[in-house]
Amino acid sequence: MADTSDIKKGFKMLQDGVPYAVVEHQFVKPGKGQAFIRTRIKNMITGAVIDRTFKSGEKLERADTEERTMQYLYPEGDSRVFMDTQSYEQMTLTNEQLGDNIYYLLDGTECDIMLFEGRPIGVTPPTFVELVVTETEPGFKGDTSSNTTKPATLETGLQVNVPLFVNTGDKLKVDTRTGDYVERVKG
Amino acid sequence: MEEPTDTEVVRILQARAALFQSIRTFFSERGFVEVDTPAIVPSPGLDVHLSALEVRGPDGGPVGWLATSPEYQMKRLLAAGATRVFQLGKSFRADEQGPFHEREFTMLEWYRTRATSDDVMADTEALIASLAGASRRPEAGSLTKTWERRTVDEVMREHAGSGADDFKDDEAFFRAWVDHVQPKLGVDAPVFVVDWPRSMASLAQLNADGTADRFEGFYRGVELCNGFGELTDPVEQRTRFEHDQQTRSAAGLPVYPIDEKFIQALEHGIPPSAGNALGVDRLLMLLEGADSIQAVMPFPEERT
Repeated sequence: MADTSDIKKGFKMLQDGVPYAVVEHQFVKPGKGQAFIRTRIKNMITGAVIDRTFKSGEKLERADTEERTMQYLYPEGDSRVFMDTQSYEQMTLTNEQLGDNIYYLLDGTECDIMLFEGRPIGVTPPTFVELVVTETEPGFKGDTSSNTTKPATLETGLQVNVPLFVNTGDKLKVDTRTGDYVERVKG
Repeated sequence: MEEPTDTEVVRILQARAALFQSIRTFFSERGFVEVDTPAIVPSPGLDVHLSALEVRGPDGGPVGWLATSPEYQMKRLLAAGATRVFQLGKSFRADEQGPFHEREFTMLEWYRTRATSDDVMADTEALIASLAGASRRPEAGSLTKTWERRTVDEVMREHAGSGADDFKDDEAFFRAWVDHVQPKLGVDAPVFVVDWPRSMASLAQLNADGTADRFEGFYRGVELCNGFGELTDPVEQRTRFEHDQQTRSAAGLPVYPIDEKFIQALEHGIPPSAGNALGVDRLLMLLEGADSIQAVMPFPEERT
């Protein structure tokens, strides 16, 4: 059993049967009063962030979570199938669980899958992925300095704003944390 | 935490030295005598929510505790005839670590005989206004304003929706306090919160309405000081200490001894008096607009 002295950023605990990760924490102690730890914790399943205050020394149950590297294989109905590269075990996450991360999955993409009590609850794709442009207005040669952008659709269906010089068929580097275009990749 | 550079450590020490100097000037100009009481004491204070660091000798035998506050010793000086005393020194509290807490910190305490908590609140306002007025930093500006005075009951009703006596126990009270009340205190100008529930001030006298004659100063949600109209009745004081010992014992906490010399001093007699304890690291933090006391403390490597 853990207690409040184990709380640090990223500490994972069970609250009302749900795994939460600590986002922020602060020791507070009023004069002549008992000490508390005020926290902001993130529901690891829904992503919702809540405030919770614990009595200093209060017992906490660690959440049984584990992160495993898995390879994306293929879509199956409203879900996507991944495979553990070590054990070859396969796991399925629904499109709803994946959210916008669905746009960063190509055959073979290696992701970190978060498991709670053995079941997958979320995915972290690589920070940067490379995706091919399937549709955009024709580019303007030489216009490499302008700040003007245009919309483009990438092979996974992701919509990004790109510089005017980008053409259909170009490969682009995208930041999966923000969903933003980073640069055009040669080759 | 990021470690300060050598230049930054020197700057912090210069700022602290200037603050200490200004505090000493303020009190000597008003006839206060600077005192230095022992760091190692026979009883570190019985406050149920304070944990003390025990001192042991080379043979492992008990020596005493590091003082959590110099209060007992300074009040003994009042019994010995001192009328105005102040002290600038270190106090020690185990298990306290956060942006506004360190186990070793600098405390300013002062006591006056023939004075009330109103007199000491006025001292506090004058001290901090003079320090903030001398500061060139804009963050210090609001500290020159007049301090509001609000009762605990008023601020609880305003921010937590319940009166001070409406909570089922002290834990429920303090949970509401840390979550909803304290962060809202002293946002625009500093505030004194007065008239505390009697269970929350073991060393304060009681007001006519049964609340404790205790005040706390807040600025920007940070508790800056805690003062009392002092309890001077030795019988009542011993009863409260014994109650605190029982509470500590029931909670499985170490039970510290009663400081008999302190009780004897009350028996000998202390005139009606008032005093205040002010966190100097927090004060410097607020004067500088810093967001933690660690930002204004040198030698972080000694504090791990």
